[in-house]
Amino acid sequence: MADIPPIRPVGLSGLLVQFATSMSEPANRAAIAFRAAVEAQHWPEVRETSTSLVSTFISVDLVTTPPEAMTERLNHLLATQDWLNAPLPTGRTLWEIPTLYGTDHAPQLNEAAEAAGVSPETAIAELSSARVRVLTIGFAPGQPYTGELPPHWDIPRQQNLTKSVPSGALVVAIRQLIIFTNASPTGWRHVGQTAFRNFRPQSATPIALSPGDELCFPSITEAEYTRILTSDKGGNGGAERRVLT
Amino acid sequence: MSGTLTIQGCGPAVTVQDMGRTGFLAQGMTRGGAADTQALFEGAALLGQSVELAALEMVGMGGTFSTDKDTRIALTGAPMMASIEDAPVAWNASHLLPAGATLKIGGAQRGTYGYLHVGGGIDTPLMMGARAAHLSAGLGRALTAGDTLPLGRDKSSTIGMTLSVEDRFDGGAIRITPSMQTEQFDAQTRHRFATTPFKRDARGNRMGVRMAHDGAPFVSTDQLTILSDIIVPGDIQIAGDGAPFVLMCECQTTGGYPRIGTVLPSDMARVAQTPAGAILTFEFIELDVARAIEQRATGARATLGASITPLLRDPHSIRDLFSYQLISGAISATQNPFNKEE
Repeated sequence: MADIPPIRPVGLSGLLVQFATSMSEPANRAAIAFRAAVEAQHWPEVRETSTSLVSTFISVDLVTTPPEAMTERLNHLLATQDWLNAPLPTGRTLWEIPTLYGTDHAPQLNEAAEAAGVSPETAIAELSSARVRVLTIGFAPGQPYTGELPPHWDIPRQQNLTKSVPSGALVVAIRQLIIFTNASPTGWRHVGQTAFRNFRPQSATPIALSPGDELCFPSITEAEYTRILTSDKGGNGGAERRVLT
Repeated sequence: MSGTLTIQGCGPAVTVQDMGRTGFLAQGMTRGGAADTQALFEGAALLGQSVELAALEMVGMGGTFSTDKDTRIALTGAPMMASIEDAPVAWNASHLLPAGATLKIGGAQRGTYGYLHVGGGIDTPLMMGARAAHLSAGLGRALTAGDTLPLGRDKSSTIGMTLSVEDRFDGGAIRITPSMQTEQFDAQTRHRFATTPFKRDARGNRMGVRMAHDGAPFVSTDQLTILSDIIVPGDIQIAGDGAPFVLMCECQTTGGYPRIGTVLPSDMARVAQTPAGAILTFEFIELDVARAIEQRATGARATLGASITPLLRDPHSIRDLFSYQLISGAISATQNPFNKEE
């Protein structure tokens, strides 16, 4: 069995279980699986839980709940299985999200391709055929961090931030792809544009994606992109969805 | 029949706020809600109602408001010039806003966030379980002239009460606990951080507040290798330029900059209210001490309702003083005049 991962207080807001110090697929699965296990305990002190790339956060009011007691319970739960070998969650969805690569809508495709050491055509071929997994949802509502792309896509973030990419922007860095929820400045490179909306505040299900879901980004033409923009008002941006498990 | 509050005009950042929403952290949305939650407790105490009811948060400046029925109001947070039908009214106090009367709230005299509470609360529809606008998430919006807001049913009638509040509007000492990355700053850097006076930068909002200082940037030992991880409001993130940034109620949920510590929940109101240019210092407190401080703060908030007192009117502020009967008339030593409805 692997070593018990460290548990640290996060201010007085809760406890963090860190399964690794760098991104890895097993640690990401561990974080997702451990979160589900904590939820299944229905401990009354736990207000909510979440995962980051390789950690699970357990929101507990540490003012009223002694951190030592909660840590002990988490340690007991951690000892029940090898979390790094935990399976992916069930109820996952595969989303195929039509994506317009390059053009004025996504002006950093060439730059990103160069950083990855491939031609723009190869970059489109690779990104539009890659199947990535939602590693975590964070930063903004529903915003997925997905990965991992092949090693040559381990490209750094830009030194100087792009002033603003629009909602639905597909951006790349460090072997990961993100779809932006809201217009935002970013150091990641804007390689594609989707009509997908991560956050639909007026909808009964405001957030579409969950950690563990799989995404792919098939390439479409500018004409198709424009057609989707005008025809799909629901926020799915023309995406096809399929139940995986 | 519950009434309606009409906004005749207002500053650029007036929003409906409450205690925010929990349960969406895993989906990328922080709690949000009022920047100064202590002010919500004070408003609830003044009006004798639940702290869960929504109020208007006014950043830097208020606006002009009226209602279509007699409405109890309370004013808390950053003190602002306020008047009803041009007669000045006290801050940190409850008042009657008669139907059709004009309530004017001006700019903040000290602090940043002022609050207008109404009897029964602002009763806009729930959005994902709360009424609070969360502008950084794209939920709700800033209010503008012409907006009308439904009011909840008021179950009480007490007005003319005041509350003495902790002064939290000019900066001061902020207590912080070590956080998960504190150890990544060496002892000397942590000491320098705890002994440096910081000036609240003009760059600050409901997402975060930048702290400016003289001297070298604060740098952690492995700044570039830190993996993105959970962020909670109160975390003090050291961005690439070495300047501390206190993350506030509408912060993002994850981030990759190292965090040197986390502000105690009961000191967050002071951070939020500190105006640009005012001085703040940070003091490390061990977690068990912080817990004791917060337990006392929770107790104090729970008993806030017992500490409200009748508002004594300053004769200088009563515009129509000579219309009052000041000398004659029977005065009973036993009758409590404040039991009377105005």
